[in-house]
Amino acid sequence: MNESATPVQEGGKKPRSRNLLERPMQAVFTVCGFIAIAFVLLITVYLIISGLPAIREIGLWDFLFGTRWASTHKTDPAYGILPFILTSIYGTAGAILIGVPIGFFTAVYLAKVAPPRVAGVIRTAVDLLAGIPSVVYGLVGMMVLVPAIRETFDLAAGDSLLAAIIVLAVMILPSIISVSETALLAVPREYEEASLALGATELETYFRVSAPAAKSGIAAAVVLGVGRAIGEAMAILMVAGNVANMPSLFSSVRFLTTAIASEMSYASVGSLQRNALYSIGLVLFLFIMCINVVLNLFLKRDKEK
Amino acid sequence: MKKKLSVLLACLLVFTLALAGCQDTASDEGTTNEGTTNEGTTNENTNSENTSNENNETNEPEEGGALSGTVNTDGSTSMADVMAALTEAFKEIQPDITVNYNGSGSGAGIEGAMSGTCDIGLSSRELSEEETGAGAVANVVAKDGVAIVVNPENGVSDLTVEQIASIFKGEVTNWSELGGSDAPIAVFGREAGSGTRSAFEEIVGVEDACAYTNEYSSTGDIIGNVASNPNAIGYASLSAVDDTVKAVMVNGVECNEDTVRDGSYEIQRPFVMVTMEGTELSDAAQAFLEYAMSPEAADIIASAGVVAAN
Repeated sequence: MNESATPVQEGGKKPRSRNLLERPMQAVFTVCGFIAIAFVLLITVYLIISGLPAIREIGLWDFLFGTRWASTHKTDPAYGILPFILTSIYGTAGAILIGVPIGFFTAVYLAKVAPPRVAGVIRTAVDLLAGIPSVVYGLVGMMVLVPAIRETFDLAAGDSLLAAIIVLAVMILPSIISVSETALLAVPREYEEASLALGATELETYFRVSAPAAKSGIAAAVVLGVGRAIGEAMAILMVAGNVANMPSLFSSVRFLTTAIASEMSYASVGSLQRNALYSIGLVLFLFIMCINVVLNLFLKRDKEK
Repeated sequence: MKKKLSVLLACLLVFTLALAGCQDTASDEGTTNEGTTNEGTTNENTNSENTSNENNETNEPEEGGALSGTVNTDGSTSMADVMAALTEAFKEIQPDITVNYNGSGSGAGIEGAMSGTCDIGLSSRELSEEETGAGAVANVVAKDGVAIVVNPENGVSDLTVEQIASIFKGEVTNWSELGGSDAPIAVFGREAGSGTRSAFEEIVGVEDACAYTNEYSSTGDIIGNVASNPNAIGYASLSAVDDTVKAVMVNGVECNEDTVRDGSYEIQRPFVMVTMEGTELSDAAQAFLEYAMSPEAADIIASAGVVAAN
């Protein structure tokens, strides 16, 4: 009683000085909070305003489902971005297909099986992997992976969708590992103990009990990986070859991100080419938005549990 | 203790990097000089002309003598070397003028000169009729040969312009058809909008008809990838060609400065400083432009691996 009474008294004694500090600080925090919102709104509005004119000029159907991109063609320019959309989807799907199993097994190993010292070493390695700049991934891919693919499959050049998929798979590993490991560690010990007591082996327990219990966290990890893969530009710019072909595993391809990155510097202001690049940005933005909505759904379900 | 050690390590790393960097640039400069000046005399000429020019400037007070200010140039990434050389030499004549260079591409450079966002636009292609019609003025500073590069392992060393055209159009797809080994051809080019690409395609007559295997967004990428791929063919500025790749002869003419200057090497393009008609340049920008166009700057331009136009 006494303790709770004292601060009230103090507060009563000097309310002014408190308000003097409290009010402005509150305003500062509010402003800081709104800055983030302001930037999101600004970017959204800017992308929509600058992305819509080209879509209107080209036609939504021709833009999204046109298969030919020849933005600087002098007589017959075409602005179909289906090759980019499909490449981005295939590339991301391929990276997920390779990266998720490896990442998930690593997470199970780290969270449940590995001796603490080994787990510590692996965790450090994973953290380092997460910290490597994407241009370094691209560089290593260009120097090692691309020639290897060329020689293995006897191609004219190794820059291909396959090279991009492998680079992306490695790049999304850290986020998949750390998020699903956290999810696995959050599974209540009692579940596993009950399973073990019923006579299940350790591996059976991890895959039949722990993994299903952590499934929304693991799903969040996958979605996070998708988000990272679809938004990556620099690394795949260096290994994908960048020709606007319809995607196939061994041909040179161009992603949504690399389409913007490779042409923006030379597109003249106000031209349809530049506006179409903004429109690609808008499409990419919508993709990322959808992925974020899905991610939030998973995280929310996790919390409700 | 640990912290101190890591700080020490970091310092050491930075120091070694800095050292390595210095050595690199030093040796680079060494090689360019050797490569571009066939006789040692050219180098001496540069110096003497430089000093005489300096005297001229200081002896003419009616021109305002030492000017000061900032000149913003923007445009072609291919002109980076030329601009670096010109800026450095110009610094000795007008130490108070700062020349900024921003490599954003020829299109952006011309756009910048026309809209006034930079003083001088840099373009590595000739101006289009639209652009000159809108008042852009071309001041040709230098000529640059576009070299056709292949991997050093490649047995082919002489191509005609027609053969090059059919390779880039995808009509010829195997080196054996050109007298080389039996291997597929990997056709490397620059991205749409690049000055080198439009120059090459225009000169060779393969505009918008190229079937590229890969597109790269810098000259360095082309050189690097041609150097590492025995099947590759690509194009790059003469100034960017180094020992890691082989420049083929075109119609039997070797690609070097002399053949570009006398016009016998067919695949070449101009380096242009773009100004806007009716827009008055600042004194500093005018002085820089005049210097770049002057015969005194010719050797400086040559030292950057291209051929001076004046």
